[in-house]
Amino acid sequence: MKVLVTVKEVAEPDDDFAIEGTDIAASDLEYGLNEWDDYAVEAAVRLAEAGIADEVVAVTLGPERVEETIRKVLAKGVDRAVRVRDDAFEGTVVDVASKVDVLEAVVDEEAPDLVLGGVQAADTGFGATGVALAERVRFAHAAVVNDLEVDADAGIAHVHRELEGGVEELTDVDLPAVLTVQTGLNEPRYASLRGIRQAQRKEIDVRDLADLGLSAGDVGGALTVTAMTEPESESDGERIEGDAGAAADRLATVLRERGVGAS
Amino acid sequence: MSDVLVVAEHRRGELREISHELVTAGRELADDLGGELHVAVIAGDVAEFAAELNRPGIDRIHTVAVGEEFDHTVYAAAAERLVERTGAAAVVTPNSVNGLDYAPAVAERLGVPLVTDVLEFTYDDDLTVTREMYGSKVETTAAVDGDRFCLTVRGGEFAPAEGLGEAAVEPVELDPPESGARVTGFEEVAGGDVDIADADVLVSVGRGVGEAENLEVVEALADALDATISASRPVVDNGWLPKNRQVGQSGTVVAPDVYVAIGISGAVQHVAGMKGSDTIVAINTDPNAPIFDIADYGIVGDLFEVVPELVSRFE
Ligand SMILES: Cc1cc2nc3c(=O)[nH]c(=O)nc-3n(C[C@H](O)[C@H](O)[C@H](O)COP(=O)(O)OP(=O)(O)OC[C@H]3O[C@@H](n4cnc5c(N)ncnc54)[C@H](O)[C@@H]3O)c2cc1C
Ligand SMILES: Nc1ncnc2c1ncn2[C@@H]1O[C@H](COP(=O)(O)O)[C@@H](O)[C@H]1O
Repeated sequence: MKVLVTVKEVAEPDDDFAIEGTDIAASDLEYGLNEWDDYAVEAAVRLAEAGIADEVVAVTLGPERVEETIRKVLAKGVDRAVRVRDDAFEGTVVDVASKVDVLEAVVDEEAPDLVLGGVQAADTGFGATGVALAERVRFAHAAVVNDLEVDADAGIAHVHRELEGGVEELTDVDLPAVLTVQTGLNEPRYASLRGIRQAQRKEIDVRDLADLGLSAGDVGGALTVTAMTEPESESDGERIEGDAGAAADRLATVLRERGVGAS
Repeated sequence: MSDVLVVAEHRRGELREISHELVTAGRELADDLGGELHVAVIAGDVAEFAAELNRPGIDRIHTVAVGEEFDHTVYAAAAERLVERTGAAAVVTPNSVNGLDYAPAVAERLGVPLVTDVLEFTYDDDLTVTREMYGSKVETTAAVDGDRFCLTVRGGEFAPAEGLGEAAVEPVELDPPESGARVTGFEEVAGGDVDIADADVLVSVGRGVGEAENLEVVEALADALDATISASRPVVDNGWLPKNRQVGQSGTVVAPDVYVAIGISGAVQHVAGMKGSDTIVAINTDPNAPIFDIADYGIVGDLFEVVPELVSRFE
């Protein structure tokens, strides 16, 4: 069985950041592996270690910068990676259908039995790519999976879907399938030194749209960010100023006024 | 003139509140588009759900009696069918766990753009939506290309529709589609010895605490304040505290007298579980952490400095 993991490098703003035009200034952003994808990678690598998966391939759409993040994923035990590059993937916001155009072509080439991705990308937070991809490639799917057991012989993934309010839905999903992985599914590993060394020799296959039989027009983008602002505060709350001691004094007064810690 | 189709949500026999909020959102959009508002009720006791949903603003309710519970294949097929039937230009679904399990499939089937987790929208020849990015640190407006689209709307952003409506209710036939995913049951997971929803005072700890060993810093505060400990999701994901301590969308919704958020950024799924608290206190090193937007009292500071000081004030 072959597992394809979709991974995204996400941008996280520094504590102090400036907005330039319609995005946060690049110098105020730190890049790293999307938290949800870390759990997807771990799930895939565990399937390989359990002898259920023969090969684990990671795919990402992004600029050259993301190769550092991809190396980390390879160091955790992914066998090889495909990076699709195009100017359209330089910015942060690429709409879901455009990503799916590309991922569909990769799924066609790789023919995986299972595709694992994250529930959402922490920066753009669409939460939609996995399910849209499943519909496009006609795979079964399940979103927000926080428990996974693959029965390869039966061709079924037994999953829990984490609904709201502490309720989980138990679902059997036919393979091939796309599952979107929720945090808490497992404990993502840190790459070992050996893993990091091995990752240097693993292949990152860089592809253009043309290599995948696509053209720039295919990743048009139905969504254009026109403005970015810092949200207005909903409360007229009090910022307690001063050093830790002064702040603690003020907060202790506030809490006592509310009867907290009075006894 | 274009119509709007809103898809209601229910679970285990209960209509979910977001359904009424979507009626308000859908009505606004239908007014902007100059069309009618259709509401779809799919699976379960559709007649009862339709009656409960029937509030002013809806022009027509379509019931699709296929199956008991949510099944994304049925929902996607039913939405597609109703779009064909009504000619609706916009499909609006909840930005819930189940909404995200079928809305992207609906957009794919219809070949229309999808925008998720929408807070606000305006339509004036083109659709403009408001969303958040970077863990709620910024708000963006985005233009959507095309005159047909699919939106998932965040809960709690629109007031629920109220009153008694007069929409016609029409049953719609749908052959049950083959589904590659079968629901076999449900499980309640957040049970246990404590119910954080009962606490008057919650001292809630987030990823900012760094590691399990550091929890004692906040535990000392909970002791001093005679409060109960709760947490954000990563603390529970990491196994530092049990699931029944998790506040938020997938944990427990709480509304204590006082909620002290320590090292919690204030992600939307967390805030959904605690914004009803009477007094919210936040301690965070990041002055731009979204938790400060809803906090009544905010301290920009290091929890390892502030919390021990605070503990000493109650000894
Ligand atoms: C479908 C779904 C459901 C979810 N359900 C939930 C849910 O029920 N509950 C929930 O909480 N989350 C939930 N989440 C996750 C949510 O999106 C966030 O990832 C999570 O809430 C972040 O937790 P946090 O604030 O503790 O961590 P972070 O966002 O990492 O924030 C840590 C904060 O600590 C601060 N900090 C760091 N060091 C210090 C210090 N020394 N002193 C003070 N402050 C410090 C940082 O500035 C930062 O703001 C869900 C996500 C999804 C997609
Ligand atoms: N640029 C990308 N490259 C590869 N995978 C992606 C990309 N964007 C999103 N994904 C995958 O889709 C998941 C959900 O992302 P989103 O729908 O954008 O919130 C992520 O966790 C990734 O697994």
